[in-house]
Amino acid sequence: MSTIKNRLNLWGNLILVLCLTAWNATSFAQQRFPKPDFESGYVQPHPTTPEPRALWLEYSDVLVLIIVLALAAWFVFKRRSRRGILWVSVFALAYFGFYREGCICPIGSVQNVALSLFQPEYVISLTVLAFFIIPLIVSLFFGRIFCAAACPLGAVQDLLVYNPITLAPWVNKSLGLIPYLYLGLAVLFAATGTDFLICRYDPFVGFFRMDASFLMIVLGVSFLLIGLFIARPYCRFLCPYGVLLNWTSRFSKWHLTITPAECIDCKLCENSCPFDVIEQPTTSQSIRKTKADTRRFVTYALMIPLLVGTGAYLGGKSHVFMSGAHPDVELAELLITQPEVENDPDNIDVQTFLASGKTMPELVEAAVNIRREFYTGSAILGGFLGLVLGFFLINQVIFSTREIYEPNKGNCFSCGRCMDYCPVGKEPFLT
Amino acid sequence: MERTKPYNRRDFLDGGMRMSLALGLGGVGGLLLSNSTGEDWVWQIDPFKCTQCGRCADECVLTPSAVKCVHAFDLCGYCDLCGGFFLPDANDLNTGAENQLCPTSAIERKYIEEPYFEYVVNEELCIGCSKCVKGCSSFGNGSLHLQIKHDLCKNCNVCAIARLCPSDAIARLPASEPYLVKGDFIESESTRSE
Ligand code: SF4
Ligand code: SF4
Ligand code: SF4
Ligand code: SF4
Repeated sequence: MSTIKNRLNLWGNLILVLCLTAWNATSFAQQRFPKPDFESGYVQPHPTTPEPRALWLEYSDVLVLIIVLALAAWFVFKRRSRRGILWVSVFALAYFGFYREGCICPIGSVQNVALSLFQPEYVISLTVLAFFIIPLIVSLFFGRIFCAAACPLGAVQDLLVYNPITLAPWVNKSLGLIPYLYLGLAVLFAATGTDFLICRYDPFVGFFRMDASFLMIVLGVSFLLIGLFIARPYCRFLCPYGVLLNWTSRFSKWHLTITPAECIDCKLCENSCPFDVIEQPTTSQSIRKTKADTRRFVTYALMIPLLVGTGAYLGGKSHVFMSGAHPDVELAELLITQPEVENDPDNIDVQTFLASGKTMPELVEAAVNIRREFYTGSAILGGFLGLVLGFFLINQVIFSTREIYEPNKGNCFSCGRCMDYCPVGKEPFLT
Repeated sequence: MERTKPYNRRDFLDGGMRMSLALGLGGVGGLLLSNSTGEDWVWQIDPFKCTQCGRCADECVLTPSAVKCVHAFDLCGYCDLCGGFFLPDANDLNTGAENQLCPTSAIERKYIEEPYFEYVVNEELCIGCSKCVKGCSSFGNGSLHLQIKHDLCKNCNVCAIARLCPSDAIARLPASEPYLVKGDFIESESTRSE
C-alpha cells in the first residue's frame, strides 16, 4: 500500500520470489498429490472469474457528471428554478448514490490525488482525476453547482432539510473550521499511505450500499436526523472537498444571485437560506465598527506568523501520536513496548509478522521512516491550521460594505431556495 | 445575470485570485496527468502472500464478503482425504457437516472415479473465511485459495481488507487483469522469471 511498506517488503518479496521460483520448478513435476489421470472422461471445470465493471462505463460516469453539472448550471443561471435544481439532484442521488454506490466521488478523490502526488508509485486513473478536477473548475466559473445538484451526499441531506434552525453566527463560523482540520488530516493520512479517512468515515455510503457496520449506520442515521434541523451538517461542518470548493467558489466568475435584477432590499429573502449564508446589507452601525476594529485587524495580522509557528510546533509534537495510525508503526510500537505479545497466539498481526521472516530491525526502520514523514507532514498540517485560524480571525474584523442581500459566495451551495423568495420580476404577485 | 455595476477594485482582486486558483488547479492537474493512466484499478489478493488469517471474511464492507474461495482445479490432487474439506480430526470421511472444515458447508464433494473426488466451492455459501485454504495449503496442494470476486466487489476507493491484511496480500491490479488465480498465475510468473 505504501512505499515504506513496499520497502519493508522488499526482502520479503525477494524471499517470496526465491521460494516461488523454487516452487515453480517443482510444483508441476512434484505436487504433494499429483494431479490424477482420469479414465472416466472427466472434464475439469474452470474457476469462474467474473469481469469487473467495464472501463467505458467508468468514462461514461465522467460524462454523466459533466451533463449533471451543465444541467444544474442551466437551472441556476438561465431558468432560475429551484425545482429544476432539485430534480437534477434527485437524479444525481439515484445515479451517483444508489446506482454507483457512492464510489468514486470527488470528495474521496482528494485522497487519491494526495497519494498520487506524494507516492508516485500509485498511478492515478484518469477517471478519478476527472472527478476531482471538473467540479472545481466548474465552481471557478459558476460557484458550487456541484454541491447544488451533483453531490449524492449533499442531495441526500438536502432532501431531508425539514425545519432548519438558525445557528448563532459564531457557532456557524467556528464549526466551519472543522473541514479544514479534516481535509488536512485526510491529506496527511493519504500522503503517508496510512489510510483513506474520508472513505472510511463516509456516513452515507452505507445507505447507498445498503450494507455497513453498525457504528457507521448509527453515524449515518444521526447525521440525517440532525440534518432535519441543522441543514446539511456534513456539507457545512465536515466535508473536506467543500473547503476546496469554498476557495474556488469565493472567486467564481459568475454566481447565483438571489434577485434576477436589482435588489430592492425588501428583506423577504433574509431568512430563506437554511444554511445561514445570506449576508445582509451593511448598516451604518457596522461600518462604524469597522473603524474601531482597525487595531484588532493589525493585531491579528501580526499574530499570523505566530499562529503558523505555534501550529507547526504543536503539529511536529503530535507526530508520534499521529503516526501510530499507520499499521507498521503501530505494530513496531506494540512489539517494543509489550514484547510479551509475541506469545499471544490470538494477535494475528504479531503472529503473521513473526512467521513472515521479516526481522525486527527491518520493521523498526520502516516505522522510523514513516514517523519521519509524519513529522514533516504534521508540522505542515499544524502550520496550515494556524494560517487558517489567522485568516479566520482577520475575517471577523473585515467588513466590506454591501448594499444588497447576497449569498456568501464561498459558503453558498447554489441550492436556489432563496431565489423563490425574491419578489423582483414576479410583478403579478406583488400587485 | 451580471449586474451592471462599475468594475471596481474588488472585481479586480477577484479576477486575480481566480487566475491564480486556475493556475494552481492547472498545475496540480498537469502534475497528476503526468502520473496517470487511462486504465482503472481493482483490488485483488495475491494468493502467494495470503496467510489465511481469516480477516477477509470480517473486514470487507459487504456481508458476506466479496472475497470467495476459488478452486484452481489444475493444481488439485482430487484426494479422498481432502485437507481443505475435512476437519483434521474428522470421525468419518463422509459429507456430514460435523466432519467439514467449512463453517457454511460451501464445498461440494463429488465422487469422480476411484479414488478421486472433485471439490467445488459454492460461492453463494462461501464467506471467504479461508479455513479451507489453510487446510488445503497445510495438508494438500494449495489449490484452494481466496480471490476478490469482481461481480460482488464494490471496488472501494481503498479496500477495507487491504488496510488490515497482516500479510499485505491485497493490492491494486489493472482492471484488465483483475485476477491472480493460482493456476494461471504460476504460468505468467514462471515466464516472467525465466
Ligand atoms: S442558493 Fe445559497 S444563499 Fe440561496 S438558499 Fe441556497 S445556499 Fe442559501
Ligand atoms: S486478510 Fe490477507 S492474509 Fe488474511 S485471509 Fe485475507 S488476504 Fe489472506
Ligand atoms: S471454508 Fe471458508 S473460504 Fe473455504 S469455502 Fe468455506 S466459507 Fe469459503
Ligand atoms: S474492495 Fe471493498 S467490496 Fe471489494 S473486497 Fe475490498 S472491502 Fe470488499
